[in-house]
Amino acid sequence: MDLSYTDEELAFRDEVRAFMRDELPKEMSDKIRLGDELGKEGQEKWHAILNSKGWLAPNWPKKFGGAEWNAVQRHIFEEEAAAHHAPRIVPFGLSMLAPVLQKFGSKEQQDYWLPRILDGSDWWCQGYSEPGAGSDLASLKTRAVRDGDHYIVNGQKTWTTLGQHANMIFCLVRTDPDVKQQEGISFLLIDMNTPGIEVRPIILLDGTHEVNEVFFDDVKVPVENLVGEENKGWTYAKYLLTHERTNIAGVGFSQAGLNTVKRIARAEMAGGKPLMANPHFAARVAQVEIDLKAMATSNLRIISAAAAGGAPGVEASMLKVKGTIIRQEINDLARRAVGPYAMPFASEAIEGSNEALPDPHEAGPVAAQYFNNRKLSIFGGSNEIQRGIIAKVMMGGGQ
Amino acid sequence: MNFDLTEERQMLQDSLRRYLRDKYSTATRNQILESAGGMSADVWAQLAELGVIGALFTEEQGGFGGAGFDIAVVFEELGRAGVVEPFMDSALIGGRVLAACGKTELVEEMIGGGLQLAVAHGEPTSRYDLSHVRTSVDGGKLNGRKAVVMNAENADHLIVSARASGDEADEAGISLYLVAKDAAGLNIQGYPLLAGGRAAEVTLDGVEGELLTEDGFAVLGDVMALATMAQCAETLGAMDTATRLTNDYLGTRKQFGRPIGTFQALAHRMADMLIEMEQARSAVINAAGNLNEDTRTRDMNISAAKNLLGRAGRLIAEESIQMHGGIAMTQEYELAHIAKRITMADHRFGDTDHHLERFIALSAA
Repeated sequence: MDLSYTDEELAFRDEVRAFMRDELPKEMSDKIRLGDELGKEGQEKWHAILNSKGWLAPNWPKKFGGAEWNAVQRHIFEEEAAAHHAPRIVPFGLSMLAPVLQKFGSKEQQDYWLPRILDGSDWWCQGYSEPGAGSDLASLKTRAVRDGDHYIVNGQKTWTTLGQHANMIFCLVRTDPDVKQQEGISFLLIDMNTPGIEVRPIILLDGTHEVNEVFFDDVKVPVENLVGEENKGWTYAKYLLTHERTNIAGVGFSQAGLNTVKRIARAEMAGGKPLMANPHFAARVAQVEIDLKAMATSNLRIISAAAAGGAPGVEASMLKVKGTIIRQEINDLARRAVGPYAMPFASEAIEGSNEALPDPHEAGPVAAQYFNNRKLSIFGGSNEIQRGIIAKVMMGGGQ
Repeated sequence: MNFDLTEERQMLQDSLRRYLRDKYSTATRNQILESAGGMSADVWAQLAELGVIGALFTEEQGGFGGAGFDIAVVFEELGRAGVVEPFMDSALIGGRVLAACGKTELVEEMIGGGLQLAVAHGEPTSRYDLSHVRTSVDGGKLNGRKAVVMNAENADHLIVSARASGDEADEAGISLYLVAKDAAGLNIQGYPLLAGGRAAEVTLDGVEGELLTEDGFAVLGDVMALATMAQCAETLGAMDTATRLTNDYLGTRKQFGRPIGTFQALAHRMADMLIEMEQARSAVINAAGNLNEDTRTRDMNISAAKNLLGRAGRLIAEESIQMHGGIAMTQEYELAHIAKRITMADHRFGDTDHHLERFIALSAA
């Protein structure tokens, strides 16, 4: 074992640092540092910058235009990106749909859709959850009925993240209602501009518009938009979920969040001393930092092992549970750190209406982020589902 | 021992609970939250008529209550319904400061519902320290800045603390002034709050005010003890709502073909929430029942309650959201507002850590 980086890895880190220093626009990193929304245009701009460097798709094979980085390289990139307050990459096309297309899609689908993901022609969103099917995904009801060259889709999806920006959605639909739940599901690519689709915003508890409901009313989808085989969609969905979970430890986000907590706590005064000198607060910060250091190594161990033998299974569930607990604890410390200034509601909408933000500006978004990030332990298979998976695999039991 | 409410308090609780259940729906409140003033004048007037404000004052002060349990009953119900009107800041804190300073006429007007107040005490650097005041008074003129002043925009008068002598953390030397809303040199920059209502940054540039007392720390110490206890009672009511909503949801929401409450992993956590609710209720009773004891006993019970409510509140707010799943994350669902009220209560009158340290210090004294 050797925990230090090799010379090559150090050189790679220097290259990433130089890139972040030279290519990441300052107005972008300022926004991310202060917890502001980047918006669609900003996201597209950052995607284009990464794409021109060939770094937009770290996990894709080179033959599809990816960087094909190994686990350590990806870790270094994530760490540097977070440290420089780079925007988070919108994952739906790049790291969720693309692996499915690369493994199960037809040659035509790969040739058409993958370059469009890289050059930004398409903004993808995910149509998995439904009002009655959240963590119990297999109970989904949205129907797709074959009619000649088309499927006719009816139903409703929910929690569709950034669906308001998307022109394409990948959906799980029920194509056979008469078999066991998991066996009658198919994986469809649907153009959001097709007649019969309606997108309605859901406003979250921190005032943000991040997720949507999507309604399908007799929506015609060409059969060539079916990925893989009809009724085999559950296999592809599970593959996608495993990929989604590989990035969910969120080490970079936690590290950046921890830095923010420390920066605030060094500036905030409590009882005539910096808050960071307060033993209770310092103990909480130290404990989460200790947990984060260990998890960062777990993350590396797991993705290194996975790099050799495909996507990780139960270990991804472990990273999701621990990673979200740590991120949420850091969010909690940040809101505590700013004291009474956690109370103002400093949403983007308010900034837009020219209402005055209280000082310190950094305090504005931390409580909103605390509330927004309650979602981390709910989405992508709730932490209860993940614990069930861990128990079932490791103990042969489960619920 | 008797843990039953008196008949009068039971009636107050019943009528307040009925009014809020009938007239203060989630939809109504969401409209109020989005309104420019962040409060409803109608709700204020109707609750004043129900006696909600009068219950916060003693008979000598012009009210018909004023004891710990009177205040606790009122605020528990306000918390249960997630009321955003400024009963804490305008009525209880503002009113009781004026009552302590002998401003009888204004207190009467307040109890009648015709007066709004704001107390401008906290400053950008004071965090939760009551004695930390930099705002100065010199030749009768006030200069300084006050942070997150609740209800400042709606207030007819501001009660402003200012240092007449001493260093910035001294308990002695803090005076309280009554400042008219339209006083020259007073600037109020308002903003909405995450959990509803509005606050403001207030700057004072040579503002003239009427001296209320030169013993500001003692007056604020007593009133903030009441307010902290009231905040605990309010949070208890909100926690009760969160617990009830979660219990209902676990019984009705089905996943994998059965109600999710039948999964042991969730049922045990629901049980933990119910256990913490009982702990929280007892801590509030301790705080309310010891309000008139000596200062040290009073403050130990209040710090104990605020610390326990901070811990139990975090557990219940976070677990309620988690066990509801995505629906709890949406602004229009009742729990979202209630969870924000519970969490933001930790940022008022000293947070969980602040009161842990205060309890340790008082225990050692």
